[in-house]
Amino acid sequence: MNTLETFLEGTVRTATPLAFAAIGETVAERSGVINIGLEGAIIAGAFGGFIAAGSGSVWLGFAGAGLAGLAIAAAFAFFAIRMRADQIITGTAISLLSLGLTATLYRQIYGAEGAALSIPTMHIVEIPVLVSLPLIGRALFAQPPATYILYVLVPAIWWWMYRTHAGLGLRAIGEDPRAAVAAGINAGRIQLFAVLFGGVLGGFAGGVLVIALAGSFAEGMSAGRGFIAVAIVVLGRWHPLGAAAAAVIFGAASALQYFFQAMGWALPYQAFLALPYVLTLLGLAGIAGRAHAPASLGRWPDQAR
Amino acid sequence: MAELTLLADALVRSTPLILAGLAVALAFRGGVFNIGAEGQLLAGATASTTVSLAFGNSLGGLTPLLGALAGMMAGALWAGIAAELKRRFHVLEIISTIMLNFISIHLVSYLVRGPLQEPTRIYPQTETIAESAHLPIVLPGTRLHLGFVIAVFTALLLAWYFQRTASGFRVRATGASPAAAQSAGRIDVARTSFLVFVASGALAGLAGSIEVSGVTFALYENLSPGHGYTAIAVALIAGLNPVGVVGSGIFFGLLETGATALQRDFAIPSSLASVTEAALILAVLSFAAWRGRTVFGLRERVSA
Repeated sequence: MNTLETFLEGTVRTATPLAFAAIGETVAERSGVINIGLEGAIIAGAFGGFIAAGSGSVWLGFAGAGLAGLAIAAAFAFFAIRMRADQIITGTAISLLSLGLTATLYRQIYGAEGAALSIPTMHIVEIPVLVSLPLIGRALFAQPPATYILYVLVPAIWWWMYRTHAGLGLRAIGEDPRAAVAAGINAGRIQLFAVLFGGVLGGFAGGVLVIALAGSFAEGMSAGRGFIAVAIVVLGRWHPLGAAAAAVIFGAASALQYFFQAMGWALPYQAFLALPYVLTLLGLAGIAGRAHAPASLGRWPDQAR
Repeated sequence: MAELTLLADALVRSTPLILAGLAVALAFRGGVFNIGAEGQLLAGATASTTVSLAFGNSLGGLTPLLGALAGMMAGALWAGIAAELKRRFHVLEIISTIMLNFISIHLVSYLVRGPLQEPTRIYPQTETIAESAHLPIVLPGTRLHLGFVIAVFTALLLAWYFQRTASGFRVRATGASPAAAQSAGRIDVARTSFLVFVASGALAGLAGSIEVSGVTFALYENLSPGHGYTAIAVALIAGLNPVGVVGSGIFFGLLETGATALQRDFAIPSSLASVTEAALILAVLSFAAWRGRTVFGLRERVSA
């Protein structure tokens, strides 16, 4: 296999968790709620997936990851939607809470050193015929099944958001909540569902990290992916297909290290570790003024003006 | 005297929390969402260590002062990146500052394994700074250093600034309602929030510098166990009031020293302290929301 193919494979692999998280956040933000607690959903999903996969089943692991993400999103929703606390600070606190809670539970269960507990990992499944396509064959069709879920999920969410009545309702709340409420839409309930859906996908993102990529849990292993995903939503212009594309760009940046290693170009490894964060800053600066956020993002219906 | 030692340890621990807490309080008061105190603190610690090592013993007691100035400048510069991205490109500062936090962690990791590594090249840390670069101890027999006094003094200074100066009023007006400050107060909101952002970074940089010259005496990767994040809780629980920050900073200093002791004696993970902090932030937010107020008047802002 040549360098370019390895690079493309790495791109799709690292893009997968980011895409899960960013797609979920896109749905939440289109309903007008910005959930910075996504980072918390990812680390909770990683931990939940780790525990549940310990039972021996990869798919049970994914279910556990989704449930853990759902629980964290529910906590965010309670404070940010029910209590109407500031969304951004609530999200930051939820992330800190989840990072601390998973670290505490992990140390409590496995001791301070952690455990070399082996969990079943999701193996790569090759899709017959398609996998032998030149160049992109292995990158797109020799991945863990979690990636294939995205191939269905992303278009499905696009279709739901832009081609169904319910999707129109969701976007209406994000743009003009008062008009949406006047039209008989239950804004609070739809926002709640949107946030919970985003939490489940954030949990899946954590599950992918543990079950398909790392094969074990580490404290703080979400490593800011939730915050990067929030930036990806901006770069993807709050559109599910855009978010998926932006996630691939980030995957490519992370996969650059395979490329550099293969080419024998020496750079401090920390430069590669820092690259996704630098790219986020550059990307956000680059899109400035050209992205249109949902008009009521971060506000509440009765405060929209 | 065991209690005195413990109390002194808690005050030592509270010092970076108070200074970084003041950084957050200043930023939030001015309507700037600086979540990057952690990175700015590391930038300050890095600059302070570099300066202290460069001058060695040649400056005597002036070294900590010079280190503090370097630390403040580095913190201001690090925050300045996010401030400029916000001013010029309207980049949401919560994302940019968190990204800068991660970048600073990797940068420190590179420096202490590369250009700044100690001469034997065994440990991932810098050389230890000279004795003369240490901050003086204010309570003999304990670890309590001058940094705590500086932190309290800085808090009083900031309180005076908010309450008694026109510039402090402009900051509060900008934070309370940018639109009103711009139209009714004829305040240059963009300029004010830029300056608030940079000054906030300087305070966080000072926290890092004092941590080096008062506690760690060297730069290494885990120099800050998340002081910059705890600072958010410290500032919010104090209601963004500088004098209150001293109180909540000491409270968290006690909490974290206690958590370390609990971990040692009863094997209770110290990460439980960060859970408590996050829970307290949520409690404060809910209380503020329940009273029908916001902590910062941020609800009217548009994101991104």
